[in-house]
Formats: sequence, C-alpha cells, structure tokens
Amino acid sequence: MSAILEAKSVSKIYKNGASEVKAVDSASFQIHPGEFVGLVGPSGSGKTTMLAMLAALLVPTHGDVLIDGINLRDMDEKERVKFRRNRIGFTFQSNNLVPFLTVRENVELMLRLNNLYDQDSRKKVDELLERLGLCERKNSLPNQLSGGQKQRVSIARSLIHDPSVVLADEPTASLDSQRAFQVTRLYADLIHEQKKAGIMVTHDLRMCEFVDKIIQISDGKIVSIIDDRETIKAMISCG
Amino acid sequence: MGFYLAVKEVWRNRGRFVLISLVIALITTLVLFIAALAEGLADSNREYLSKVDAELFVFQKDVDNLIATSRIGRSKINDVRRVEGVKDVGAIGFATGSLILPDGRQPVNVSLIGVEPNSPGMPPVLTGRTINTLKGNEAVVEERFLTRFGVKVGDDITIKTIQGTKEKFFSIRVVGSTDGQQYQFSPAMFMPFKTWDQIRPQAQKTNTAGELTSNVLAVRLKNPEDKAAMAQNIQNQVDGIEVIDKQATIDAVPGYKVQQSTLNTQQFFTLLIGVLVIGGFFQIQLLQKIPLIGVLKAIGSSNTTIAISVIAQIIMVTTFGVFLGSAVTLLLSVVLPAGIPIVFNGSSVFLAILALLAIGPIGGLVSVRVAIGVEPLIALGLSS
Repeated sequence: MSAILEAKSVSKIYKNGASEVKAVDSASFQIHPGEFVGLVGPSGSGKTTMLAMLAALLVPTHGDVLIDGINLRDMDEKERVKFRRNRIGFTFQSNNLVPFLTVRENVELMLRLNNLYDQDSRKKVDELLERLGLCERKNSLPNQLSGGQKQRVSIARSLIHDPSVVLADEPTASLDSQRAFQVTRLYADLIHEQKKAGIMVTHDLRMCEFVDKIIQISDGKIVSIIDDRETIKAMISCG
Repeated sequence: MGFYLAVKEVWRNRGRFVLISLVIALITTLVLFIAALAEGLADSNREYLSKVDAELFVFQKDVDNLIATSRIGRSKINDVRRVEGVKDVGAIGFATGSLILPDGRQPVNVSLIGVEPNSPGMPPVLTGRTINTLKGNEAVVEERFLTRFGVKVGDDITIKTIQGTKEKFFSIRVVGSTDGQQYQFSPAMFMPFKTWDQIRPQAQKTNTAGELTSNVLAVRLKNPEDKAAMAQNIQNQVDGIEVIDKQATIDAVPGYKVQQSTLNTQQFFTLLIGVLVIGGFFQIQLLQKIPLIGVLKAIGSSNTTIAISVIAQIIMVTTFGVFLGSAVTLLLSVVLPAGIPIVFNGSSVFLAILALLAIGPIGGLVSVRVAIGVEPLIALGLSS
C-alpha cells in the first residue's frame, strides 16, 4: 500500500543573525492509509515545527513533504492554502472553534470553505455529530460546551470534508486524563475507519495507547520509529 | 464565505455591534445637523442673492464688493444697459427696518429691499400681485411674513426706521407674496425703489434733488455663459464700477465665507473623529480575534475570505448606524422650532451620508491590513 504522507530528509533551519537553529534535522518517515501516528518528544524537540511542515504551513529548508504524491514544495502560497483546505484536517490545542458559530456550523465550515456545502451536507454533519455523541449539542455555541466536547467538535470538523491527512497538535492538553483517553480513542477509531493518515503531536506518552506508530523526536532528530504494539505498550507503561 | 462569517458574527454578538452602531448614529446625527446648520445659515445669509434672476452684479469701484458700502447712481444704469450683450439691468437697494407686530409682540428685524418693477432683482410673485410703480407704499413680502408673523396679502403693516435721530413709522400695504428670500438672516420685503429710498434708515434726510442711489445693479445677460467676458466688458466701458458674478457677490457678504469655513471645518473634524472611533473599535476587536484568524487561515481560509469578512462587518455596522442616525435626524428636524436655521438640502445631506458611509471602511482599512497579515502558524503557537 502506498503512503499517503511521506517526509523525505526534511530539515527546518531558523536563522537568527549569524546563528542557526536546526528545529528539524533530516527527518524521514511514511504514513499509510488508516495509520495513526504519535509524534512524541519533549518541549522544544521540533514536533510542532515538523507538524507545521506536514500541514503546508511552513516550507522545509531542505527535503520534501509529499501528500498523495504531491510535493508541497512545488506549490505557491495560494496553492498551499487551497491544499490545506482540501486535503488536510486540523485539530489544535486551543482556540479551535469559531466562537460565534454553533457546533453544527463549526463542522459545516470546512464544507462551506471547500464549496462542498449542499442539501445533503446537514445530514452528513448530523450523522458525524451523532457518531461523536454531540447530536444534542449541535445548536450550542462553543462557550456552552465542555473541553472534551469542544475537542470532539474539532475532530468532526477535521474529518467532515474527507481530507487525506488529519493532524492534531496536543489535542488533549487541556483535558483531564479520562476525557483525554476518550478523545484519543475516538480520534484513532475514526482514522482507522476512514482510512486517513493521522498524526497526533503529544508530549504525553500515555496518549499513544491507541496509535499504530510512535515517532520519537529529540533536538529536531528522529531518534526512533516504533510500530510494534508490544514495544509501544512497554514504552507507555515506562512513561 | 466571508460574508457568511461576518453575518454570523454580527448576529451572535449583536449587543456589541449595536453599541458601535449607536456611536455611528450619534456621529451621523451630529454631521447631518452641522450640514443642515451650515446650509441653513448660508441660506439665511444669501437666499435672496442666490435667487436673483441675474448673472452679474455691479458695485461701486474700490469698496471690496461690500453691498452696504457700495453706492451706484441711477445714471450708471443706462451706461450699463447700453453695453452690447446686456439684456436688462435693475437697481437694488438694501436696508434694515423693524416690523411692528400687533398684540404687543417684539418688533422683528426685516430686510427692506428696494427694487424696480419688472427688472432683475424683483422676485416672482406667488400670491397677490407684483409691484408695478417706482413709488407707492406697497410691498411684496416673502413667505415667512405669512407663516411666522401672520401677515396676509392685503394687510397694512408698520415699518419703523431711524431717520436722523428720530424713529419714523411707515404704513405699507402688502400686495403680494414671494417664496423664501432671506437676506442677512432677516426675512425680506420688496418695495418700489423710491419708496425704499424714503423709508431706509438715514443719518439725515437726503436732499431730494440729489441723484437716487442704489447699492448694486443686477445685470441679466443675453448670453449667460459669457458672464466672465461680459463682466470685464462692462467694467471697461463704464467708469467707477466693479462687476462680479453671483457667487463672488455671495462670498463677499460679510461673515459668509468665515461662517461656512467654520462649519465645514467642524463637519470635517466630526467625520475624522468618526473614522478614528470606528477604526479604533474594529482594531481592538480584531486584536482580540487574532488567534481565531490564525486558526481560520490554518484550516484553509484565504486572505480574501478574511478581508471580506472584516469589511462586510464594518459596512453592516456603519450602514445600520448611518440610517439610524439619519432617521433620528429626520424626526428631530420635524419637531425643531421653525426659527432655528436648519435646512436639509438634498445634495448636502446626500453628500454627508455618502461621507458617513465611507468613514466605516476607511476607518477599518487598518483592521483589514492587520487581518491579512495574521500568520496561520500562530494557530500552532509558532511564528515565521
């Protein structure tokens, strides 16, 4: 099975006057359909910079990122914006939802942005919200939701437009452990069901219980890629 | 999409947006009132002059085109009339008197304007008849005499002036009425030139054998478009005079230009304050929304979508505020006392409303610029 997402010797170097900081150093990996990957590492290890390059928000200094075989480097800024809109689903740590749109409207937003909103859209959105246990809150505004509910709405928004890749930046950071596990499990289930390539950035190894692969990153370098379930479980239990 | 976001945000935060619309409505009311006051004051000063059926005015030379200072003898009328291209000439004299009202009411200052029958300077009569002699105690009065002072065509009214050091009272019969013809903030009455010469205030009784003088001559041209060349032509052919057009005559009315520039400056600064208030409000609001804009851009909203959203909000809020303010102004104008010199002239109100509708987008331009400059990376807590 060919990879949906591929990073080839990707580096990002920030220049500050004469000094250079290598935020990401020659990272290479592949993610296949239905694969949920945890990108883990301590603060400042380069996880978020890596995620930004995979999301077409940053252009690598060296190396290439390919999604569905398309090299993001070949695109101009306008094409990258359109690419993000079409092929990528996002869940952020905070400020995720548009505060003046209801739950349903927040999920519909991706369909409207992609000009995919039609008479069947409402049904599609309602089905996904029901799957996520949010059916009764569909007319609520974000400030009427709990943290876990907000993240579930965000997950719905990241999947509704059928993207190739779904990216999550510390999606459980503001949740208690119980809700964090619920959200991660739900996220993993949907990625597996819908055959997306999913990447979750986290500094909390416990949240990797439901991932298929862990990419460990330290000082910008990939130190290990673990796809063996037993090893992953052992890693989580060791913390 | 940008419009959809703007409508949703305004609707879900309508309390906040209505507040800024109310501020815009207050600014609108202020701007429209200043515009109406400028028009009203200008009208009170120049109404008669602007309606005179003539293209040029002849003044005595070297009097700075001041109507009150200028003296033109009757012999000049024929000299001006003989200039090729002149269609008609009328002498006009200006003075002030007091209208004595019955029932113990306070006397009212009125403009006494001496004119010649069927000559430039005599306004068209709406009711009754026009004056048709150079002499006779009769007058045509403007509509304010009828509406404000209760005078009717056919009534005899009493005018008081000072002759020498004594008060003199003259009984004048109202034979007709004309439309609004104020001059220098006073309602005007038009009387035969010789009657005017007898009634007008004078330091001492004039020598009746002397030449009859007016303040200015109103000149109607065969070809009104030639007025610049004709002004020069008349000036070259007749000694001791200066000829200017109607607008220059109005501008030379003492205080007119200063008053208008003061009011225009007030209006400009009110609009400027409007730009700053609206700009400030949207700027503060936008700064609070930067993380959200970052998220919207990260998920694929284009700069165009974001800019349309910001601009659409500004236009909605400004339009609502301007129309609310216009409606309030309209209501106020109905209940204001008639004596307040406020005139809602169609074109000046239209221009003021256009300017008010423009201040929102102008004030919000900085916000649009800031919104476009927001980096999607901030959604991830990064910066380029």
